[in-house]
Amino acid sequence: MKRAEGTLKLLALVAIWAAMLAAPYWMPLVGGYTALGTRVLVLGLAAMSVNFLLGFTGVLSFGHAAYFGLGAYGAGFCLKFLAPSTPLSLLCGMLLGGIAGALLGALIVRRRGVYFAMVTIAFGQVFYYIAFRWSSVTGGDDGLRGFSRQPIDLGLFSFDILSNATYFYYFVLVCFALITAVMAFILRSPFGRTMIAIRENERRARFLGIPVERHIWIAFTLSCFFMGFAGALYALTNNFADPRGLHYSQSGDFVMMAVMGGMRTFWGPLLGAAVFVVLQDYLSSITINWMSFVGMLFVAVVLLFPRGLLGVIGGRAKA
Amino acid sequence: MTMLEVKSVTKRFGNLVAVRDVSLTVQPGELRAIIGPNGAGKTTFFNLISGLFSPTAGTIHFDGRDVTHLKAEKRVTLGMARTFQITEIFPELTVFENIRIGTEVAAGFRLRPWLSHAEQAEVAKRIEAMLALTGLEAKATRLVGELAHGDQRAAEIAMALTLRPRLLLLDEPTAGMGDQETYDIAQLIRRLHRDSSFTIVLIEHDMRVVFNLADRITVLDQGSVLAEGTPDEIAGNETVQAAYLGKAA
Repeated sequence: MKRAEGTLKLLALVAIWAAMLAAPYWMPLVGGYTALGTRVLVLGLAAMSVNFLLGFTGVLSFGHAAYFGLGAYGAGFCLKFLAPSTPLSLLCGMLLGGIAGALLGALIVRRRGVYFAMVTIAFGQVFYYIAFRWSSVTGGDDGLRGFSRQPIDLGLFSFDILSNATYFYYFVLVCFALITAVMAFILRSPFGRTMIAIRENERRARFLGIPVERHIWIAFTLSCFFMGFAGALYALTNNFADPRGLHYSQSGDFVMMAVMGGMRTFWGPLLGAAVFVVLQDYLSSITINWMSFVGMLFVAVVLLFPRGLLGVIGGRAKA
Repeated sequence: MTMLEVKSVTKRFGNLVAVRDVSLTVQPGELRAIIGPNGAGKTTFFNLISGLFSPTAGTIHFDGRDVTHLKAEKRVTLGMARTFQITEIFPELTVFENIRIGTEVAAGFRLRPWLSHAEQAEVAKRIEAMLALTGLEAKATRLVGELAHGDQRAAEIAMALTLRPRLLLLDEPTAGMGDQETYDIAQLIRRLHRDSSFTIVLIEHDMRVVFNLADRITVLDQGSVLAEGTPDEIAGNETVQAAYLGKAA
C-alpha cells in the first residue's frame, strides 16, 4: 500500500509538471491564452508562499499581500531607477519583501491565532497607505509605471521575454520551479519537520525543546522572501506595480486560493489559484460582480470539501 | 549533587493559592511519586518545575543550576522532559515521524536544511531503539492519533525519552487506562528506572502503581506538602490516611 501511494504521488507530480510545461500549447485549445497561464503560475506561487506558513506551520497571516506588493515595487524600482536587468529586479523584489517580513515578523511572532492575523493585517495596511500616499516615489493610486521587463541574455542566446508571451511563460515557469523546489526541500528537512511539529501541537513542540517563536519567525521570514519573489514576478508580468497589490483584500484572495485548493497539500494552492484566476478571467467579462460567484464557490468548497479540492484526492497531507 | 531542588515555591492565580510554600529534593536515580486529592496542586507544581509558568515566590534548581525563570524549551535543552495529563502528541503524524522530530531536535539538528548519510543512519538507529524500548515497533507506520489510548501514552513517553533527559516528569501516566494498559506502562516505567536509571518524578492516582514503583512519595493537599517519605512510611502515616488514603480506599 505504501508503495502504491508513492507511485500515485509520482504520477501526480509528472502530470502537474507535464500540464505546466505544455500549457502554451493546450491552453488555446480550451479557450485560454498563454498570459492566463502566466498569471496562474505567479499567483499560484504567492498562494503557495502563504500556505508555506498557513498549511505547514499552522500560522495564518492576513497581511501577506504587503510582502507581495513590496516585491512588486522592489522589482519596479530596480528596473526604473537602478539597472535594466530582469534577474536583478527579481532579486531586489525578493529582498525588499523578505527583509520587511523579517523585521515585522520579529515583532509579531509572539501573537497567536486571531491576534496574529489582526497584527499582520495592520502592518500590511501600513505599507498599503505608504504606497498609496507617497505619490512622488510610488506613483500613488496610479501605481508605479514606466518600466518593463528586459530580455534574458544568456550569451549565445537572448530571449525576448517582453514581446513573446510564450518565452515569458517559460521564464516564469523556470522561476516557479526554482522557488517551489526550495520550498519542498525545506519542508523535507529537519527544520521543515519542526514547522510541522508546531502546526500539529505547539505545546509538544515546545516541550521537545523547539524554541517555537524563533522557528515561526524563520518560517514567516522565508515565506515573505518567497512572497516578495512572487510579487516581483507579478510586476514583471504587468510591467506595473499597483498599490492594491498590498491591500489586505489581496491577502484575503491568497488565503482563499490556499484554502480552496487544500492548505494541507503542497500543490493545493496552485490549483486554488488556477480556479480563482480562470473564473475571474471568464466571469469578469460577463459581470462586474464576478467576485460574488467566486465567493459562492469558495463557500461551497469549504462546506463540501473542508480539506480543499486537492485535499479530497490526496487524503492525508504528507510532509 | 541533587538532581532537582525546589525551595518553598508558591504560585498564586489572583486570590487562589494553587501551590503554597512547597519544597522538594530529588536525588539522581530516584523515582519520586507525587500524590494527593484532586485540586491539591500537583499539576500546577509540575508546570512550575517544567517552566510552563514561573512561581510567584521560591526557587527551582535543576542539576545545580537556577532555572526558576528559565523558559520551558531551555529547561528541555538542559535535560528535563515531561509528559502531560492529557496526551500531547502530533496526532496526524505516524509514530515514526513523532519520534523522529524529537530525535532530530535532541541531536541538535532542528535548524538543519539537510542531514548527511551518517547522520540519517544515526537518527534511524536511535528511532529504532526507542521503538523497541517502548514496544511500538509494530505500530511505527500508524498515525499516532489512530492508536489506542495506552499506545498514545507510550508514544508520548517515547518522545520525551528521545531527548535523553536526566529528569523525566510524568503527569498521570496511567490516567484513563484499563488494567492491562496500566500494567504495561508501569512495567515500562520500572524498566526506565531500574535498567536505565532515569531520574523520574511522577504524579499518579493509581495507588498500586505508586506503591510498587516509587522510592519516595510526596503527598500534596490543598497546595501544601502534607507528608513525605518511603512508601512504608506514607502507608503508615495517619494524617495522610485521614486526608487522602482513607477516602480513596
